[in-house]
Amino acid sequence: MSGFSALSSAENHWATYMGAWFPGERVVYRGKDLFHELKHLSWMQLYLYGITGHVFTEKQAKLFEGMWALTTSYPDPRLWNNRIGSLAGTVRSTGTLALSAAIAASEADIYGGKPILGAFNFFIRAKGKCDQGIALRTIVEGELDKCRTISGYGRPIINRDERITPLLDLAKELNLADGPYTQLAFAVEEVLLQGRWRMRMNVAALAAGLAADQGISEREYYLIAAPCFTAGIIPCFLEANQRPEGTFLPLPCNRINYSGNPPRKWNPSES
Amino acid sequence: MAEQEETFHTRIWDEIPEPDNPFAAASCYCHGYDVYGDLLGKASWVEYLYLLFYGERPSPQQAKLLEGLAIALANPGIREPSVHAAMSGGAGGSTNASCLMAALAVGAGQLGGAHEVYRAMEYWQQCRCNLDTWRELLLHPPQEERIDIWQPMEHPAGFDPHGASCPTPVRQTLNYLAEISPNEHLPWLQAQRDALEHTVDLPLAMSGVAAAAFKDLDLSPEQGEMLYLILRLPGAAVHALEQKKAKGRRFPFFTHAIHLANDPGPFTVKQTVERSTI
Repeated sequence: MSGFSALSSAENHWATYMGAWFPGERVVYRGKDLFHELKHLSWMQLYLYGITGHVFTEKQAKLFEGMWALTTSYPDPRLWNNRIGSLAGTVRSTGTLALSAAIAASEADIYGGKPILGAFNFFIRAKGKCDQGIALRTIVEGELDKCRTISGYGRPIINRDERITPLLDLAKELNLADGPYTQLAFAVEEVLLQGRWRMRMNVAALAAGLAADQGISEREYYLIAAPCFTAGIIPCFLEANQRPEGTFLPLPCNRINYSGNPPRKWNPSES
Repeated sequence: MAEQEETFHTRIWDEIPEPDNPFAAASCYCHGYDVYGDLLGKASWVEYLYLLFYGERPSPQQAKLLEGLAIALANPGIREPSVHAAMSGGAGGSTNASCLMAALAVGAGQLGGAHEVYRAMEYWQQCRCNLDTWRELLLHPPQEERIDIWQPMEHPAGFDPHGASCPTPVRQTLNYLAEISPNEHLPWLQAQRDALEHTVDLPLAMSGVAAAAFKDLDLSPEQGEMLYLILRLPGAAVHALEQKKAKGRRFPFFTHAIHLANDPGPFTVKQTVERSTI
């Protein structure tokens, strides 16, 4: 057995390239002096630098910021992650707990984290196969045969995604809308519309295509997107927090639709 | 015409309202049992816990197994990352909920955490008590082409990648639980531990014992993952409170543990020109 040598050598020793705080003096952030060399960056640029180690242009940062602002900032408390914020607000929990829990919950199967990552991953795999000369229709059919869905296509509630036009407009304004992965996102939609599937692209596919064209990896994209629902969650918390306590969508007993076992007795002798 | 009210569908929980308030329950039924009118005072905590998860009350043997597992898992100890995370919250005076959220987030992981238990239970579903199947799976774990938020496992689920031999508490827990289990997985694991450890060249971990125990309780991987998260919280809670009470005093800061590999040094005016590449 390999044993604990890896732990022994790491005990009280963490070699880092990410940074450190020199109390009362300076902060090093991924090899740069935070107060001098990085002070001109916006928060989004710094966030991107923290994840990738590369400084993105203001336009690129604006694109990522626009993705969050336009596509994941709906202050509607019916949405599942936002509802966590509202429920925390109505019971007078704290705003930070509300935000943390709602962001954590946004790493979901049918929205948020998994589709965001899944769409990006599909494009990386699909482009690799396209570059080998495999027809896109064959790639799409193969993915659907194997996985039954393609992340970024189809939508849980409605087929038409109202977020695509605003995000695409922003990307065009920034001259960042013409990359190969963005083109691939639309090409996949074409295939899906022509076939029997009748699925439209949702904004996760467009955002993944735009992001992939900025030269980031899928794990970097996943981390970039992690806080993307923040601006939608906070207003939901706030409003519920400002109204009389407990009044956010309270549930009377008859809203429970029970279909389990009928009433029965707990007989101690069965234990 | 009034819109039909949407309802929450459940096979677990029902409530009958008080006559004077539709928002207050007079009776609460869990899988058919009147929780406050009948079950309270008759059922033990672990019996109720099992009822909640499984939908039926446990046999005495199942209840004993769950109780033993709950004790084994209740406090992973202060060196364990999820408890360390909770204490890090406590040391700074963070909210108690955030301390437990920290323990959940860290304890959810795939090294000794709840998702490792989930993966190990998937192994059990696939391999059952067949040593050849286990060997094949452990040596050739399935590779997913699609990416997931959970990264690929870096070691066989249920085993300790940094272990030298199976730790005494793991063996003690396995031996006790295997002895009282009414099912076959824990006894089989106890009997085949050496063979499995030899296959992967790693010792069995507590997560592997927990996975077998949940399997013996007829729980699904999702249920096992959830219960593992819940059952390890007591230790995180008390250690966070202890550090909170101490207000961070004597809580290691690892003052000399960080070694910056790319320190540019104190910034000087000269460097403004040299480093103006960004």
